[in-house]
Formats: sequence, C-alpha cells, structure tokens
Amino acid sequence: MTAVQTDTDTAVYALRLGDDALVLAQRLCEWAARAPQLEEDVALLNLALDLLGQARSLLTRAGELAGPDPNGTVRTEDDLAYLRDEPEFCNALLMEVQSGDFGRTMARQLLVSAWQVPLWTALAASADEGIAGVAGKAVKEAAYHLDHARSWVLRLGDGTAESHRRLQQGLDDVWPYAAELFERDALLDRLVERGVAADPALLEPQWRATVQAVLAEATLTVPETTWRPTGGRRGQHLTGFGYLLAELQHLHRSHPGATW
Amino acid sequence: MVTTVREVLATVTDPELPVLTLEDLGVLREVSVDGDEVTVTVTPTYSGCPAMDEIRADITAALAQHGYRATVRTVLSPAWTTDWMSEDGKRKLREFGIAPPGPVLLQIGRRVSCPQCGSADTEEMARFSSTSCKAMWRCRSCREPFERFKEH
Repeated sequence: MTAVQTDTDTAVYALRLGDDALVLAQRLCEWAARAPQLEEDVALLNLALDLLGQARSLLTRAGELAGPDPNGTVRTEDDLAYLRDEPEFCNALLMEVQSGDFGRTMARQLLVSAWQVPLWTALAASADEGIAGVAGKAVKEAAYHLDHARSWVLRLGDGTAESHRRLQQGLDDVWPYAAELFERDALLDRLVERGVAADPALLEPQWRATVQAVLAEATLTVPETTWRPTGGRRGQHLTGFGYLLAELQHLHRSHPGATW
Repeated sequence: MVTTVREVLATVTDPELPVLTLEDLGVLREVSVDGDEVTVTVTPTYSGCPAMDEIRADITAALAQHGYRATVRTVLSPAWTTDWMSEDGKRKLREFGIAPPGPVLLQIGRRVSCPQCGSADTEEMARFSSTSCKAMWRCRSCREPFERFKEH
C-alpha cells in the first residue's frame, strides 16, 4: 500500500461523515426483530447495512489521513469505532436521536436521507479521492433510502388519524436536530475552500425542498421551532449516547483482539 | 503453469448468488500477473455487502491452489453498477429464478418479467430482500413469488 499524505482537516471531516453513518446504522439495528412487519425488519437492517459499509470506508480513510500516532500506529476502522469514548465521536445529533416508535424512525430517516442525497452528490466530486469514492456509491444508496422513507411518511402521514398523529409527533421530536446538519465552522470553511467538503449552505435549499414536498403530500405540518440543539460535531452528545456506545463497543472491549 | 489465472478466476463465484462468476457480476476490474504473483482488483457492489470479504478470501484461496500468490485490491471508484453485469450473467440469474436487472437509465415504466412463467403481470411486494441487491416481487399470472435484482 502506498502511504497516504497526512491531512488532519480532511481526517476530521471523514470522521464526521463516518460517525454519522455508524451511529445511525447502530440506531437502525435496534429494530432487528422488532419492526412492525417482517419486510420492514429486513428493510431497516438493509438501510443499516449500507450505512455500516459507508462507515467502514470512511473510518478507514479517516485513520489513514490522520497518519500514524507517536508510536507509528495508524488507527483502523475498528480502533475508531470501538475504542473511542463519547467526547471523541463527532456525529450530528440527529443520527443518535432515539428511534422512538416507527413513525419517529421514519421521520428521522426522511430528514437524514434528504440531506445525504445532495451531500453525496456534491462529495462525488470531492478533492479527496477517498471521500469521493465512498460518495459515488453512497449517493445511489441514499436515494433508495430516501424513496423508502418517503413512501412510509406518505402512507402514515396521510393514513389513519392515529398514524398521522404519531408521525407528526415523531417529526416534531426530531425536527430541531436537523439544523445542526447545515452549520458551518472553521474546519468546513477551510475544506469547502479546498474543494474537499460540501458547502452546507448549498445543501440546505435542496433538503428543504425535498422534505417540504413530502410533508405537504403527507398532510403533515412543518414544525416551527427556534430551538436548535448542537454540539455533536464537537463531541457533546445526548443523554442516550453512552448507552448506544456501550452496546456497540462492549464485545470488542471485553474481548480485545477476538475474531471469528 | 497449465491453468491460467483467468481460468482460475472464472471458477470463483458470488457466495450469495452461486450461479454468477465475479466476471458475470462485473466486480472484477483488473488482473495483472507477474510470474506467480497476481494482483486482482475488485469493486464492491453495495457499500456494506458482506459477500465482499468472502469473495476476497475465495480469490486468494482459488489462486493459491494453482500456485499463485494473490493480492486482492479493492477500489470504490468508478462505482459499480448493474449495467456491468454480463448478458450471460443475466441469463443465468433468470434460469436461477431471479429477475435480472435492466439498463439503469431506462427504469421508469419498465415491466419486470416473471422468471418462472415469463408473464409481465408482476408487482413489487417489498423494496428489500435477502441481500442488498434484491427486492421481493410476485407474479400475478402464476402466483409465484420471486426475487428481483434491482437496477443500481
């Protein structure tokens, strides 16, 4: 293997994208054997599988770009997934919001996938070839996820009074967390300038148009809120995050080096 | 060596779709041979496809049996598409009971033919199935359920 040029900024960006995919995959896996119907069990875990595959490539890339530590070790995807603690994860809070009922899970998926489609479309032309490679595949997967989330939001939003009520409730619960996806910080300023990262300001109009069109068709109301929780990118997480990490990491940490 | 690298690789199949060779599936991107050292470049179908780990191990094992030392490289770009599946592969899928993918750019309004009876009177039952690459369908003529390899 040829050595990858160390690039701390791009490493952090790849880590953010990888953590987004890993944490949402973990949340979706909580539905295993619990979804309202067998087909949906399979569907939710297929979404998780795509995201987990994206996470593996992105975390590997993040480790390569971060370069070797003082001992000369480059962190692998497993090191990054299993051996970091809560403040070192930099996923957006929307990914870790508890799944709640099926309505909330689908509302969250709609908001995430409607962001990922323009995100990966933009990143397919990223100046970082590792990120661009993941994006070229992920954009097709995200489009399929969006289609799936859209079909459930329509079916439940424009369904019975009870399904409408629960989907609206789920949407109200997750909506405030979406604002963090479009925040820009000094790191993004530098990486957008270099053509590595997608400009959040350019993603938001497309995200808003997609989401609003689905919600209107589903007879749902776009929530109005001024509350904008943030901090995930800086390692500040929600109360439930420690439990999520415990479930994700405990086997690897209890049995270091175990394989099958 | 009597058996060529290409002949050996033609025996390696997708562990989840054993009728398809890697070449049929379109995941085999490049093979270079330097004496008994072989470098095989593959590309994954879906980002999370668990068959890829098996495929890498199977390539190495098959070549080792014929005295080759193989290195398997994985590249993501350009992204795999079902348009890379061979016509022979699509025929084998149909005979195996799986409706093969059509061209990616001509999906809208396409009829999916039942791999059992050939009827175009079919419908989707679920968008996902036993592997990332397939969906669940059924035929309204012969009433048989079948899997469909999704355009991707």
